[in-house]
Amino acid sequence: MPKIKVLCRNPDDYLRETKNDIHKVPRSSSAQHPFKEQREYVRTLNAVKLERTFAKPFLGALDGHRDGVNVLCKHPTSLALLLSGACDGEIICWNLPRQTSTAKVQAHEGFVHGMAAHKSGQYFFSCGNDKTIKQWSIDAQGIIGGEPVNTLLGKCIYTSLDHHWKDDIFVTSGSRVDVWDERRSEPLRSFSWGVESVHHVKFNPVETYLLGAAAHDRSILLYDMRGSAPLRKVILKLRTNAISWNPMEAFTFTSANEDGNLYTFDMRNLSMPLNMHIDHTAAVMDVDYSPTGREFVSGGFDKMIRIFPVDKGHSREVYHTKRMQRVGSVRWSRDSKYIISASDEMNIRMWKAVAWEKLGKLAPREKAAMNYSEALKKRYGAFPAIRRIQRHRHVPKHVFNALKQQHETQEASKRREERKRAHSRQGSVPYVSVKKKQMVGEVE
Amino acid sequence: MSEQKSSAKDLDLEKKNKRKKRTKNAKRYYDDKDQKDEKDDGDASKQKTETFTVDGADVSRRRLAKWKKRRMAKIDGGDPSRSKVAKQQKTAFEHGEEAGYVEFESDEEHDSRLSQTDIVDAVDVTSATKHFDLSLKDFGPYYIDYNRSGRHLVLGGKRGHMAAFDWQTKKLHCEFNALETVNSVKWLHQETLLAAAQRSGVYVYDNQGVEIHVLQQLDAVLRMEFLPYHMLLVTANEKGFLGYTDVSMGTRAASICTGLGRLDVMTHNPQNAVVLLGHAPGTVTMWTPTTKGPVMKMLCHKAPVSALAVDSTGNYVATSGVDRRLKVFDLRTCQPLSTTRLTMGASSLDFSQRGLLAAAMATRVQVYRDVCRQTSVVSPYLSHMCGGSVQQLQFCPFEDVLGVGHQRGFTSLIVPGSGEADIDAMEVNPYATKKQRQNAEVKLLLDKLQPEMIGLTNWVKDLSSKSRSRPPVSKQPVKKLGKKEKEQEVREKKRASVKTEDKQEYDPTDVLARFRKR
Repeated sequence: MPKIKVLCRNPDDYLRETKNDIHKVPRSSSAQHPFKEQREYVRTLNAVKLERTFAKPFLGALDGHRDGVNVLCKHPTSLALLLSGACDGEIICWNLPRQTSTAKVQAHEGFVHGMAAHKSGQYFFSCGNDKTIKQWSIDAQGIIGGEPVNTLLGKCIYTSLDHHWKDDIFVTSGSRVDVWDERRSEPLRSFSWGVESVHHVKFNPVETYLLGAAAHDRSILLYDMRGSAPLRKVILKLRTNAISWNPMEAFTFTSANEDGNLYTFDMRNLSMPLNMHIDHTAAVMDVDYSPTGREFVSGGFDKMIRIFPVDKGHSREVYHTKRMQRVGSVRWSRDSKYIISASDEMNIRMWKAVAWEKLGKLAPREKAAMNYSEALKKRYGAFPAIRRIQRHRHVPKHVFNALKQQHETQEASKRREERKRAHSRQGSVPYVSVKKKQMVGEVE
Repeated sequence: MSEQKSSAKDLDLEKKNKRKKRTKNAKRYYDDKDQKDEKDDGDASKQKTETFTVDGADVSRRRLAKWKKRRMAKIDGGDPSRSKVAKQQKTAFEHGEEAGYVEFESDEEHDSRLSQTDIVDAVDVTSATKHFDLSLKDFGPYYIDYNRSGRHLVLGGKRGHMAAFDWQTKKLHCEFNALETVNSVKWLHQETLLAAAQRSGVYVYDNQGVEIHVLQQLDAVLRMEFLPYHMLLVTANEKGFLGYTDVSMGTRAASICTGLGRLDVMTHNPQNAVVLLGHAPGTVTMWTPTTKGPVMKMLCHKAPVSALAVDSTGNYVATSGVDRRLKVFDLRTCQPLSTTRLTMGASSLDFSQRGLLAAAMATRVQVYRDVCRQTSVVSPYLSHMCGGSVQQLQFCPFEDVLGVGHQRGFTSLIVPGSGEADIDAMEVNPYATKKQRQNAEVKLLLDKLQPEMIGLTNWVKDLSSKSRSRPPVSKQPVKKLGKKEKEQEVREKKRASVKTEDKQEYDPTDVLARFRKR
């Protein structure tokens, strides 16, 4: 007599015991999942369409300034506070979540060119058109002391200011780069290379003794604060407006150039930029890195804010509003979630870094669903139908036409070069990287 | 006050106990697995001897097995004595479920054909009730369809008698007479909708028997198939029309004039949603909604094809013709694998989830095991004589049951080892509550695939593979043939007369076509 066994299931194993339990969902790794790739593809399509539906990055505008906003300064210890300096010399401290100003102070006569805070967050420095550097105290609520704690009188207009990330040192730029100790009234050290004036200076957050400066002769200078002479200089075709160091990689920095491109350099090899980021149609005014070090935001003269990944040549996101005019300054908040932009029309705007993200505390299922969507987009993002939806951004007419024109001129120049190469001796028209073409040279 | 306090305390205690109970339950659910594992360790030796039909392994399965192996090594402490088969059964053990089997004690009994009475006697009470006979003599031969989850069954008699019920609990949903000739019945994506192919059109009924839709454009339909992931109802016409209807939108996805006469043999490939039709010249053709002609044509028999069935893995097709042969072909290469002689052409064929093949010849039903893997003649695993001539056979999805619709009604036969033991509730859940069913329907609609995505090859899988720079390599190994081998191949091809009109289906999203190897 053969031994027979028939498949028999106990429903109790598959049904929940009480109303308060969750439903049982038996899973099987050996079960068949037909069309799993197709279904995932359809889910990715849906996810990408939803992403575009929920892409509403604008959070709010802070208004209170009476002249165009020139500089933004992130508060080192508080995520809620932000300092801004305007072209009429006024400095305002804002409470970002409440979207109100906590303190206003008439700091300078003329433009406020630079602002930087001490790492403790208890005081900050500002420099302006009136050739002074002022030190102000600020408390946890964002109230600025009515009178400056200290005033330093200088000989030239200071064009920018940055504070050391660790020590009590700050650096200013003007006709030359001056390194100051907070307690002294004369600069510790002065760097100058040639007769040019320097208009932007930034300290490296990781290798804290390194400085990068952008000078008027279209060059970017690198200094070691401890030494007496500058390290290196790289000259580009057009002037650099701002530079920003990568907070995760000590030797990488990105420069915002007048020609509408951004160049990411590796400090150790300045002969050619690591990457060239193309998408702005006019000069790029400011650049700031995300705390993750993977992306940076740039604001341009073409009224756009663009977010670029470090390794890609084109932007992943563009923010614009009809009301926003030339963007003078952009900052990425310290929790890598928000972007703050200061523009000509006296407004400071807050944006989400990831436009479709849901803010606030998410339920675990929500989080899981969003993670799943992100994973799907990563996996199937290269399919043309999906990429087309994901890349779609509306952009104002002037930018759209300018980009089209840019594209056409690029194609035309490529074609011309190819023809030249085809009709000349082999090797006489070498292939030169686009990145290299924008550089003039490097000087020790 | 004190009373209130004490009652409050009681409430707290109650809450605590409830919480404890809840966590206990949860723990029990998870711990159950481990406990059962320990229990079954003793039985492991028994299972070693049994033969286990494992469906054709694909790459993901192999990788999964490797991962399982590594995991098992960690849990067991690297117990080499556990056979591969026993290890694969681990998932079934997690719920205490293992696939059915029949273990013959001696060689002479190996050839014997089991009868239903033997099985019913040998098996427990609940399983024994799965064998039942419905004597419905008046309304003609019955067409049947099991739900995707295997819980619900619909019977449609040729003379119009229709009944839908949950066959496990024997709860009747509806019973009515359509007052017309019914040629086919099919459940749609949920157990609340069923379609009946009546003379005047395709009627869609609720599970309460309420007529919901009438698709008069689909008249004289002989066979119906439902593609669940695309939500397409495929209908084969007396006049040679193949119609695809999108059930979620109610639109016609495609209507193909095949030009091949009366279409009364139809099945579909569950892995790629391609529809197979059998014709009088002995050919089998394959169709997709986007192509006007057949995607593939195979000459299978020297006489009309009487029945077709495709394996659940989509790799094999079993065909039977009036020439009294039962042939199994490999669908990927379209080469014949085996030929069996039958007493007469099978009128109905069906593959179970675990690879058993059921064939119906007049009143006799025979079940074969391991048909796809053997090239020699197989003897039947089970045999049964029904009350009347069999109209349609279908295996119940997650049970060891074969449903037979015949002239005199309906019979449910127990076939040990035919049903899949593991259920993945995210795909289909036989124990779904109403809410779960509704949510699943929404998810199914969101993930609905477009008819343009149906094709012989899985282009999404090919193009989403990591090495996008290289064109995707076809699954068939490309052998370099010598002169003799080439001649042999040509001869073989002539014999099988396989015409692969492998037209590349028009894929509107297929911008990356140039990456594909032609």
